[in-house]
Amino acid sequence: MQTHIKMHTKNLDFFYGDFQALDQVSIDFIENRVTALIGPSGCGKSTYLRCLNRMNDLIAGIRVKGLAMLDNDDIYDPSIDVVTLRRQVGMVFQKPNPFPKSVFENIAYGLKVNGMKDKAKITRIVEKSLKQAAIWDEVKDRLNESALGLSGGQQQRLCIARALAVAPEVLLMDEPASALDPIATQKIEELITELSSKLTIIIVTHNMQQAARISDRTAFFYMGKLIEVNDTDTLFTKPELKQTEDYITGRFG
Amino acid sequence: MIKQRLIVQKVCFSFLKIAALLNGAALAVILYFIISRGWRAISWEFLSQAPRDSMTAGGILPCIVGTMALCLVTIFVALPIGVASAIYLNEYASQGKLVRFIRLGINNLAGVPSIVFGLFGLAFFCIVLKMGVSAASGGLTLGIMTLPVIIGASEEALKSVPNTYREASLAMGASKWQTIRKVVLPVAFPGIITGSILGISRAAGETAPIMYTGAVFFTPDLPASILDEVMALPYHIYVLATAGTQIEATRHLQYGTALVLIVLVFGMNLSAIILRSKIRKNLRI
Ligand SMILES: Nc1ncnc2c1ncn2[C@@H]1O[C@H](COP(=O)(O)OP(=O)(O)OP(=O)(O)O)[C@@H](O)[C@H]1O
Ligand SMILES: [Mg+2]
Repeated sequence: MQTHIKMHTKNLDFFYGDFQALDQVSIDFIENRVTALIGPSGCGKSTYLRCLNRMNDLIAGIRVKGLAMLDNDDIYDPSIDVVTLRRQVGMVFQKPNPFPKSVFENIAYGLKVNGMKDKAKITRIVEKSLKQAAIWDEVKDRLNESALGLSGGQQQRLCIARALAVAPEVLLMDEPASALDPIATQKIEELITELSSKLTIIIVTHNMQQAARISDRTAFFYMGKLIEVNDTDTLFTKPELKQTEDYITGRFG
Repeated sequence: MIKQRLIVQKVCFSFLKIAALLNGAALAVILYFIISRGWRAISWEFLSQAPRDSMTAGGILPCIVGTMALCLVTIFVALPIGVASAIYLNEYASQGKLVRFIRLGINNLAGVPSIVFGLFGLAFFCIVLKMGVSAASGGLTLGIMTLPVIIGASEEALKSVPNTYREASLAMGASKWQTIRKVVLPVAFPGIITGSILGISRAAGETAPIMYTGAVFFTPDLPASILDEVMALPYHIYVLATAGTQIEATRHLQYGTALVLIVLVFGMNLSAIILRSKIRKNLRI
């Protein structure tokens, strides 16, 4: 089977001031696959994820060492345009965070800031994105109502639609279902599986079953280090390291 | 034991409540005082004509127009500069030496006595910039005095915008400026406007900063340009109450003028509050 490495990091170190949050992390992310990042709280999953679209740049006093690549581009190269990078590498956050604007404007926002003016085209993409995020039927009659009136699960799917609208190549998701009830969670999981046919997805989750259900590959982090990364089936059934086994069987963490 | 704690709690709460009620009471007393003595002066003539007979009769129209002109200049100066400064300080500046220096400046500006602003305005706007005693000089002086209030209010409003909005916007490939203009500012706008109007309505009642820079003792003409001198409500009260020929005989005019000033200021504050709740409703936050 031909596989293309869409993104990868090599020996990535990350510092918040003097505190080293990531230590020599190297992972390859295969195109159009779902990779899950697991590990106990505080092990650096979010930090790592936010290195991949340079969201950490917003924090003062951070330092990155090592390599992070999107296709053939070093994303920390000074010549890289961070704005373009973030359009290519989209992000969905832990807590649904729609803008206090209408449902339509929430999705159209990314298109408009990226310079799209054609109204008909915007309308078309808004509809397409909402359909992709499996929320069109629920919001098609309330496109002009505030997005804040939607339920938590709907808001999160709206946020996914919003991220999809700008046609990212990679989608980063930081515990996207942790604030949702089981039914909303299931919808998000189905959505992720669906999207992975066209999109490289990297998802942080605390839920082992979820990682096992939706991901093709899983990476286990512990104390800022990557302990083990493998095909999800292999990692969950025959982990190479005792540490991994202990974590996935719930013996610690 | 528990009973004792409950009693202590009750006593404390009562104190807090009395303290809070005192505010309302103070306002009520002031209002009663001014309304009861001033309402007789209010008439259509009072609101629509210039003072006559050495300001012992006639109306106060030039003062009303003058105060409004001063306020407009103040708004045009202080609002853009104040909001821009707040955006810079809150959204762009990394917390370095320069920012500390700017903040020090703003804090000290807030502590400068208003009469000092008046003297500064006289020296700088009226004389150095050759604008003379005018609505422009007075408004600029009031504007500088109001800046710290507007910056403070705007920074508060910007801080109250959840960071998750900024992150969501940036994560979609919006630039920092797009994020500020299209996401942060609309959400912060009601807070900025309310805080700013409160600051400006405060400035509308100031006497010391304008008495050398913008307001004059008497002019029957309405200002034709912002380079004209104006009469102003607070200064008019001051003049009638201290320097007129017939201080006692014009008491009702003094209270009438005070009443008009208070209504003007309340009107501004009220419109600020209404505007805020309107926008909030539109944003549905
Ligand atoms: N802004 C910050 N400044 C300083 N240290 C931080 C900052 N954000 C995170 N850290 C630290 O970096 C380490 C990794 O944090 P991170 O948020 O990446 O963990 P995580 O694996 O996502 O945890 P969780 O599962 O609880 O979300 C933690 O020790 C945390 O305290
Ligand atoms: Mg996290």
